Amino acid sequence: MIWLLPGIPLLTGAISLLRIPRSWRRALLVFAAVSHSALTALAFRFPDLFASHGWLALDKAGHFFLAISSVLFLITTLHLVTDCHYLSGSETRSSDWFLATEPSATLAACLNLFLATMTLCALSRHLGLLWVAVEGTTLATAPLIHYRRDSSSLEATWKYLVLCSVGIAVALLGNFFVAAAGGEHAGLSLDSLRSNAASLNPVWLKAAFVFFIVGYGTKMGLAPMHTWLPDAHSEAPAPVSALLSGALLNCAFLAVLRAHAVLAAAGLADFSKGIFVLFGVISLVVAAFFIVGQGDYKRLLAYSSVENMGILSIAVGVGAGFGGLFHALNHSLVKGGMFLLAGGILSRCGSTSVRDARGLSDRARMVAGLWLTGFLALSGLPPFGIFFSKLAILKTMIDGGHWLLTTLFLAALAIVFIAMSRIVLLMLFDKPEKGFPTQRSRIQLDTLAPLLLLLLALATGIFLPESVGDLIRAAAQEVGL
Amino acid sequence: MTNLWIDLLCLLLMLANFRMLGVSRLGACVRTAAHQGMLLCLLPVLVAHDFTLGLVPVVLLGLIVRGILMPRLLWRAVLKAGVRRELVPEVGFLFSLLAGVVLLGLCFLIAQPLQADQATARTLALPVALFTIMTGFYLIIMRRTAAMQALGYLVMENGIFAFGAVFAVHEPALIEMGVLLDVLLAVFIMTIMIHHIGREFDHLDTDSMSVLKD
Repeated sequence: MIWLLPGIPLLTGAISLLRIPRSWRRALLVFAAVSHSALTALAFRFPDLFASHGWLALDKAGHFFLAISSVLFLITTLHLVTDCHYLSGSETRSSDWFLATEPSATLAACLNLFLATMTLCALSRHLGLLWVAVEGTTLATAPLIHYRRDSSSLEATWKYLVLCSVGIAVALLGNFFVAAAGGEHAGLSLDSLRSNAASLNPVWLKAAFVFFIVGYGTKMGLAPMHTWLPDAHSEAPAPVSALLSGALLNCAFLAVLRAHAVLAAAGLADFSKGIFVLFGVISLVVAAFFIVGQGDYKRLLAYSSVENMGILSIAVGVGAGFGGLFHALNHSLVKGGMFLLAGGILSRCGSTSVRDARGLSDRARMVAGLWLTGFLALSGLPPFGIFFSKLAILKTMIDGGHWLLTTLFLAALAIVFIAMSRIVLLMLFDKPEKGFPTQRSRIQLDTLAPLLLLLLALATGIFLPESVGDLIRAAAQEVGL
Repeated sequence: MTNLWIDLLCLLLMLANFRMLGVSRLGACVRTAAHQGMLLCLLPVLVAHDFTLGLVPVVLLGLIVRGILMPRLLWRAVLKAGVRRELVPEVGFLFSLLAGVVLLGLCFLIAQPLQADQATARTLALPVALFTIMTGFYLIIMRRTAAMQALGYLVMENGIFAFGAVFAVHEPALIEMGVLLDVLLAVFIMTIMIHHIGREFDHLDTDSMSVLKD
């Protein structure tokens, strides 16, 4: 049964690449999204049906991240179906005789493949397979960023492809270092690494971790390897940005966590935690620097993702397992919603520059209201979930006596909050140069998906079910936190 | 005896790196990378103490993908884009050769503390594997055309493969093939992008792709 999870989207993706009618492609995407989330939910109820198979297993950490990706993918699909201009587009005659090459076809097909590779990331219990899956996500998403087929999206795609491929190639070196650390018997499967943890060579293992965090950290958007991220997130169509930020970054995060788990089992957790803190602090500072005075609201969100990846990294570094993973969940929900909203703003104002989006509250009340709500959620205002996850991280930090780190953390968050609120208020209430007709408030379908995501982000703050809390705690324990 | 063969092979791999550092014709570079890829596939065979038939399909597949398929794809993209020569780089080709010498020396230094733990200690294998990775990095960073950067990625992958072979890392065959498939697809998608870049900009100069910044 476990094969169905990556298998179905892989199959629907492969079919979508062929020259089939557009409506079929849409139906396949919906089928993949719905079946995937249904199976993920089913696995909570009947874990025996999804027993491990070879190197695939549904452990707690994998299940947690799989569930985040699945929910986000489902809601993004809902967005794509309700706001259908992404999936329609002109049906140009394809030059190939059996492959479809128009942008909308590539979008649908690659989204399916993206889901399949993400699922594989969450399920792999073997470092080699994990590498294959993470590189797979890069390959599945590169064509998505090139959706608009213009020069700037091409530039973003090239940067993304080269930087991430090289980064992940470095992680492959990390794999070899782990293999060298363990010799013949330990191999690369997580289970055998754990059972042989005591006999692993610590020097090789430490070197391996450095390669892992540089390699997968590139994918995760940790500064200073983040340079592809703002370009790719701002050039990709909104639903793709939402998935990149909400799901893909998490996959890379999980990959680093898996490496951390190996080190923790070998008694080297302090070493990896120190590196996590280092990269986390750099990411926070760099993100804060670029958010101040940012003139493009999609890039603003992208840098906010860098900031949040920094927060996750610091959380792991100080040992805030629950807070960190809970923050990953909250960030995915809110950021997914924000990127979908950014797409809505773009379609109303015609550009991603903050300048052109001024006076949003007069132009589109619903979008403006949600944008403000999303910003408040992202900044960590109660009762949104992010408030509680940040609080949990902060508490662990203070309990651990990391005073300098706490000061830095709070200062960076304050700077980001002030800079972002200035930009958001500018967008909402500043008067634009030229007037425009006020939009009649009719039902706007493209706000449905962001609304759902923000409601979920609110729900995690107000009422977090006991079972979800337990899952997060178990997942954190599993990756050595 | 095997050590001698390994050293000879490594010398050839090293020379291939120097050729790619010093030549401006893209065609020559791609061909050299192809030769390097083919030679590389012999390394696991030489390193393995006990040659088993199980190695044959993996080696053959590697030979086809690294030696023929990937360079072919890249060359086709270069031909389609109509760019035959590397643009004049920031640092000249002579300087690149010198930089290569320095890098090689550096790799010998890095390799020294690592030498003891592996099957092929006392051969040139480890330093040359590292040197190949470094050459790939160098090409990606210092060359300006998209095609050369893709080639750099290819060379870097060659180096990483060599590194794995040096330590006799035996990943399960299925995963080995997964890695190969990923690299092949990466090069394939890069060539598609090179095709688009050639059409959009009429050249492959990545320096001029600098609209996106803060």
